[in-house]
Amino acid sequence: MTKEMKAGAIRFERATVRYPGSDRNAIEDVCFECGGGELVVLLGPSGCGKSTLLRTVNRLVPLDSGRILLDGDDITKRDPVELRRGIGYVIQAVGLFAHMTVAQNIAVVPSLQGWGRAAIAQRVDELLRLVGLDPEVYRDRRPSRLSGGEAQRIGVARAIAARPQALLMDEPFGAVDVLVRTALQRELVRIVAELQTTTLFVTHDVDEAFRLADRIVVMRAGRVEQVAKPQELFEQPATQYVRELVHAGDDVYRRYYLHGRALLRGLEQ
Amino acid sequence: MNYLSSHPLRVAALAAGHVELVVTALAAALVLAVPLGLIAARRPGVAPWLLGTLGAIYTIPSLALLAVLVRGFGLGFTPIFVALVVYAQFMLTRNIVAGITGVDSAQVDAARGLGMSPLQVLVRVEFPQALPIVIGGVRIAAIAMISIATLGGYVGGVGLGVLIFNGLTLHQPQMILAGSLAASALAIAVDALLRLAERRAATL
Repeated sequence: MTKEMKAGAIRFERATVRYPGSDRNAIEDVCFECGGGELVVLLGPSGCGKSTLLRTVNRLVPLDSGRILLDGDDITKRDPVELRRGIGYVIQAVGLFAHMTVAQNIAVVPSLQGWGRAAIAQRVDELLRLVGLDPEVYRDRRPSRLSGGEAQRIGVARAIAARPQALLMDEPFGAVDVLVRTALQRELVRIVAELQTTTLFVTHDVDEAFRLADRIVVMRAGRVEQVAKPQELFEQPATQYVRELVHAGDDVYRRYYLHGRALLRGLEQ
Repeated sequence: MNYLSSHPLRVAALAAGHVELVVTALAAALVLAVPLGLIAARRPGVAPWLLGTLGAIYTIPSLALLAVLVRGFGLGFTPIFVALVVYAQFMLTRNIVAGITGVDSAQVDAARGLGMSPLQVLVRVEFPQALPIVIGGVRIAAIAMISIATLGGYVGGVGLGVLIFNGLTLHQPQMILAGSLAASALAIAVDALLRLAERRAATL
């Protein structure tokens, strides 16, 4: 079983979490598998358990039952701190360290892993260019002097600095305006395709999910409703809930988008 | 003013003793306050109890506390040293708790999620950002301690308080003035110095 899995494979086996003092499970019996540089979106309304599910992967939230395998290994068998250094983590509030420069922020995980000074400096510049920021301009800036969009670019650069096995993103573009969000989404798709890093991306925004996802995991009240490619979700919703969700709002746009995307993929091949 | 110009070495020696008393007491107080503050910052249930208790102790008049301490330790350096350590706890602990709990929770979440150990989160993220507030606490505590330490002249024969209390018994207002002015100058200098450190830490 474990040998068949690709690098950066995450497998949930009946993952269940109940927060202390709560009378229902935050996530319940979650089973699915992703890997091979896929971008998987966890989609659902607030309180559906998507962020909790994300945070079980790097053990910020412990499972009460079930298990999670990363590249075939049960994550509870690994030291949580060491595990997290191998998994990128991006959050909506970004959380850039205010007392450090941009370069120092990006260098956090590489320096925790003991990289040499020259290797770190080179990696920082490489990452700044990857996220579309000029190293000369941004390297020595403080986070307080960045716009929301710039800060989140640095947040992404920081998360992927040490070439993680997987990338976790918790509503990373929820706090930036729509133009910046679109630019960031486009770049994320490019970066994930370039790095081939399996990415779990949490959002409640259906359009964002459709724009980014290779596959979408629709969640409701802690349970998975359907795991499917965007097109399939649209054409064969497994439940009434999924049907309502994917057709909510401006679904004409989603139809166009899926059509266009299929065309683009066809051209690439 | 006359006493100050006629006995500069004596005033300087007592000022040095004053500084030594305050610095050693401050160091000892920090050794106690840092772990207390960290525990309270980590456990929201503990903080009100701890700060409430320390705050209550802080309201005990210093002379009353010293009277009790002298009964326990006798006259000398020890009772005033202990009194200073006890008084400083409230101001130091309160600011350590405020500094640590005031750090943006997103930064702490990011630090943990990126793979910092609890100690690394504290040392690399929380402490550097709490530092200006912690130094602010040290500043307020140091100034209060310089003033309270004058009672050391009464119970221990140490510090600039010696001039004040001797001046009182000998009816020498010049001596009282010299002791008071020197203590005030010390407090103002320490205040300015630590304000500078506070600002440095804020732009770190």
